[in-house]
Amino acid sequence: MAYSDKVLDHYENPRNVGSLDKNDPNVGTGMVGAPACGDVMKLMIKVNDAGIIEDAKFKTYGCGSAIASSSLVTEWLKGRTIEEAYAIKNSEIAEELALPPVKIHCSVLAEDAIKAAVADIKAKQANKEAA
Amino acid sequence: MTVHTPIYLDYSATTPVDKRVAAKMIPFLTEDFGNPASRSHSFGWIAEKAVEEAREEVAKLVNADPREIVWTSGATESNNLAIKGAAHFYSGTKGKHVITVSTEHKAVIDPVRELEREGFEATFLQPEPNGLIDLEKFKAAIRPDTVLASVMFVNNEIGVIQDIEAIGNICRENNIIFHVDAAQATGKVLIDLEKLPVDLMSFSAHKTYGPKGIGALYVRRKPRIRIEAQMHGGGHERGMRSGTLATHQIVGMGEAFRIAREEMATENERIHMLRDRLLKGLQEIDEVYVNGDLAHRVPHNLNISFNFVEGESLIMAVKDIAVSSGSACTSASLEPSYVLRALGRSDELAHSSIRFSIGRFTTEEDVDYTINLMKSKIGKLRELSPLWEMHLDGVDLSKVEWAAH
Repeated sequence: MAYSDKVLDHYENPRNVGSLDKNDPNVGTGMVGAPACGDVMKLMIKVNDAGIIEDAKFKTYGCGSAIASSSLVTEWLKGRTIEEAYAIKNSEIAEELALPPVKIHCSVLAEDAIKAAVADIKAKQANKEAA
Repeated sequence: MTVHTPIYLDYSATTPVDKRVAAKMIPFLTEDFGNPASRSHSFGWIAEKAVEEAREEVAKLVNADPREIVWTSGATESNNLAIKGAAHFYSGTKGKHVITVSTEHKAVIDPVRELEREGFEATFLQPEPNGLIDLEKFKAAIRPDTVLASVMFVNNEIGVIQDIEAIGNICRENNIIFHVDAAQATGKVLIDLEKLPVDLMSFSAHKTYGPKGIGALYVRRKPRIRIEAQMHGGGHERGMRSGTLATHQIVGMGEAFRIAREEMATENERIHMLRDRLLKGLQEIDEVYVNGDLAHRVPHNLNISFNFVEGESLIMAVKDIAVSSGSACTSASLEPSYVLRALGRSDELAHSSIRFSIGRFTTEEDVDYTINLMKSKIGKLRELSPLWEMHLDGVDLSKVEWAAH
């Protein structure tokens, strides 16, 4: 399997590896995939009161393309609003990393992780407002 | 001594041609190029003599009669010839049921599948979690119409050695033709076909420091085993396999098998020492699992799963060593190794397995380099792995409901 330079760069030097405090009301967590499928992504975003993503961290169990996809989106997410984050399409990720067709599912997973993290933070915010 | 990367640790995939073998082959490409079937001049006689000497060497390694050795293009062809050839020949008298094992090489499984398409029935035995066959289960699979059984000597992925003698005896008692794929066994385990109750045995040259593209099928003479040819033509190899003999390849296989016979005892001792050194080093890493039985196993093979690390990223991480991954992510499909799945390994562990196979030119320095590389890369990938984090937090991953995609 030949990887693009961008995939290799993210794989060799992954950005924003780690975790945020999942109990922080301003932190949303998205965990997608399954070990049996060969990839699991955990994406955590910290959103300020203005709805802007201040920080993003990831951990990924998966192939080089999955690691690169999640590493890339943590870079993209910082500074965006959660609405903008929600609008990120897997095709943009796949294009940026020049993923081959067999690896498109990695970008789909990264998009799913963003959507799951955003859904989590929205649920937390809704709870906060209800309280 | 310096280590040259990438370090080749994939001897079960193929081996380099031993320089002594290559040297012996070359004259048969340029000067002694005759067709061994040419009876009317010395070019043919020289080639024929070389072919017959090589046949003797192949026979000697496995203690067979040279007349029991049929040249083929490799173990895949030998397996096809044996399985389809014997099943077709004997199905009329015995029946149309075949027994094999789910962990066989595709070159056995696929010919059996082909027989199924032709109307045969097949039983694919599941091995025990250590990769070995339970003889009672083998006996239980036998039917009155069982015509053929095919069981590999040494598994290509996990290196386990089946009890060929015991299985062969069961076949004899039940009048079943017994084929053994020994592609991974030559030069690694002693094979004595005078004693072993085996009717057909497949060999490959390139797993034993010979060239690719040449193999052989052992076809027992006493009692005489008959097979239907799969390749029709000039009636070479007593009609069992037509096609002009590839003299240089055959000479290479003969020389490779001669060297194996003479050197396997000392070589295997050295390889055993290296394998144990590798195993000890890798077992210093947490959450590693050896796949397949360690005792009934060739010393050349170490198949290990690194838990909480994904297979393809693992292969990317260890590009300084040439190894095979149990995760077929590296090929077109996204399937974990069917061999490891048959042992009952979870998909995760199957995906994160690496087959290290050691050979003639592996050094202690290669092994030490590999151990250090694995320690550092596994550590790095686990830092990245949400599964490792959950494991450290005491989460039971089997209880998690995953959002499968």
